[in-house]
Amino acid sequence: MKIIDKVINWARLKSPWVIHFNAGACNGCDIEVVAALTPTYDIERFGSILRGTPRHADVLLCSGPVTRQLKDRLVRIYEQMPEPKFVIAIGACACSGGAIDGCYSVVSGVDQAVPVSMYIPGCPASPDAIIDGVVKLLKSYEDSLKQADEKNENGK
Amino acid sequence: MSKKVVIPIGPQHPALKEPASFDVTLKGERVADILVKVGYNHRGIEKACEERTFLQSVYLVERVCGICSHSHSTCFIQAIEELANLKIPPRAAYIRSLIGELERIHSHLLWLGVAAHEIGFDTLLMYSWRDREIVMDLLALLTGNRVNYAVNVIGGVRKDVSEEEKDQILKAVDILEERTKYYVQVATEEVTLIERLSKVGYISHEDALKYGAVGPTGRASGIKRDIRKDDPYAAYGEVDFEVITDDHCDVYGRAVVRVKELMQSYSIIRQLLKKLPQGPLSVVAPRLIPAGEAVSRYEAPRGEDIHFVKSNGTDKPERVKLRAPTLANVQSVAKMLEDGYLADVPIVIAAIDPCFSCTDRMIVAVNNVSTAKEDRMDWKTLREFSIDWYKKNRGVDFTKLKKLDK
Ligand code: SF4
Repeated sequence: MKIIDKVINWARLKSPWVIHFNAGACNGCDIEVVAALTPTYDIERFGSILRGTPRHADVLLCSGPVTRQLKDRLVRIYEQMPEPKFVIAIGACACSGGAIDGCYSVVSGVDQAVPVSMYIPGCPASPDAIIDGVVKLLKSYEDSLKQADEKNENGK
Repeated sequence: MSKKVVIPIGPQHPALKEPASFDVTLKGERVADILVKVGYNHRGIEKACEERTFLQSVYLVERVCGICSHSHSTCFIQAIEELANLKIPPRAAYIRSLIGELERIHSHLLWLGVAAHEIGFDTLLMYSWRDREIVMDLLALLTGNRVNYAVNVIGGVRKDVSEEEKDQILKAVDILEERTKYYVQVATEEVTLIERLSKVGYISHEDALKYGAVGPTGRASGIKRDIRKDDPYAAYGEVDFEVITDDHCDVYGRAVVRVKELMQSYSIIRQLLKKLPQGPLSVVAPRLIPAGEAVSRYEAPRGEDIHFVKSNGTDKPERVKLRAPTLANVQSVAKMLEDGYLADVPIVIAAIDPCFSCTDRMIVAVNNVSTAKEDRMDWKTLREFSIDWYKKNRGVDFTKLKKLDK
């Protein structure tokens, strides 16, 4: 691995910027995402801050069952994010439709629209669960980087 | 003459049941006209209720809004109970009111933070959200969940309040009251805040009546209407409290009303706990609800919530119709913004409390080709623009505040 890649990976792992998108959620999960940013939970301890634009974000925190009206918008936001990007489905709604599953104007789940890396259940998912999810996601990304690195070394 | 520009704000604005989108027509820097559109977050909950039993619908209706979830479920359940002719035990009524007031506190503190954020006063955001966690912990303790408490069942409530829990509530309320006194002080004495919010989003008493403003939005324009007083439900008939009104008619008035309402809520909670009667928690509810129609009203933190339920004698409702308070208030936003500045758009919209909790609502100018770049803003840019605008033009700067720390 080149030194520059190492630096980039290090930066990525230490400062996962997140964007939050509400795809028809009831607000319960959205408020919990915001609560995760405020003093009691303070996700900034892990270097993440909430960004307003998808172009600056590494992780998309998506809540809600994805209404048909917002599906295209969600896809667009996903496409605007730079690689590597991750999507976390927050709340029962985002995981599978939850209580809203089967309604005529929802597609029931974020994974129906964009690929999802992690599911955080709960109605709403509590702030500690959200923070735990982000940290675990980073861990697994770190592991996958290490594995790829080892493979490369061995291949040489 | 300056050219007119139309800027659509929204549509993903995650309000209650009706997320809105606003088409702002600008003339120079001033708002010439504003068109309100609703319906983007539409999930079809009303229709879904028709396919579920009454009891299942209660939990679905609770998920209409994650901030006033208890309001919606209580309002809905009241309508069912009216149809079934059920009288809930007094202890259940008290517990419903108790949770309702805790919910009001969490909602108002949340609003205070969001509003402060929109005007660039992030210290207050962090303060009020920190205090809000006290209420969230209480709600989690009392009901088992931070949001969507599911404490109601048809005919009563699901969970009791024990003596230890009572003590905890009282202790928490004392802390919160101390903190709120400080907010009242900030709201009434802090010149920067008064300067920033006064005369912004003005709507006169007559107009507020005409546009049907409800809740704190209406009360800040001197409309003395509160369902808790006018048409008491649950245990509100037995407690003593004041309906807070204000005659500022602007965003400042709305902030004052909310902060003062917090103080009333603390007093209501103390009275409820003191008088909490003994007895059962619920009565047995029939599975089939007799045919008929019922309308129920509830004073949610944002204003009057109305539910209509029609039953045809089976175990499923035939029709459910909700009117959340934001739908009533969103009309008056158009009036409030008329002839205002673009820089005031965020705070005026936030002031009716449409749950503006999340970031990034896209704002894209549609009919201005020449300066395409500047006209493309998202919510964040607009917010920053508004904070800068006030810094430059009015000298409002929250970073210079010294006396905040107490
Ligand atoms: S999972 Fe629950 S709290 Fe979260 S958006 Fe869905 S209904 Fe609301």
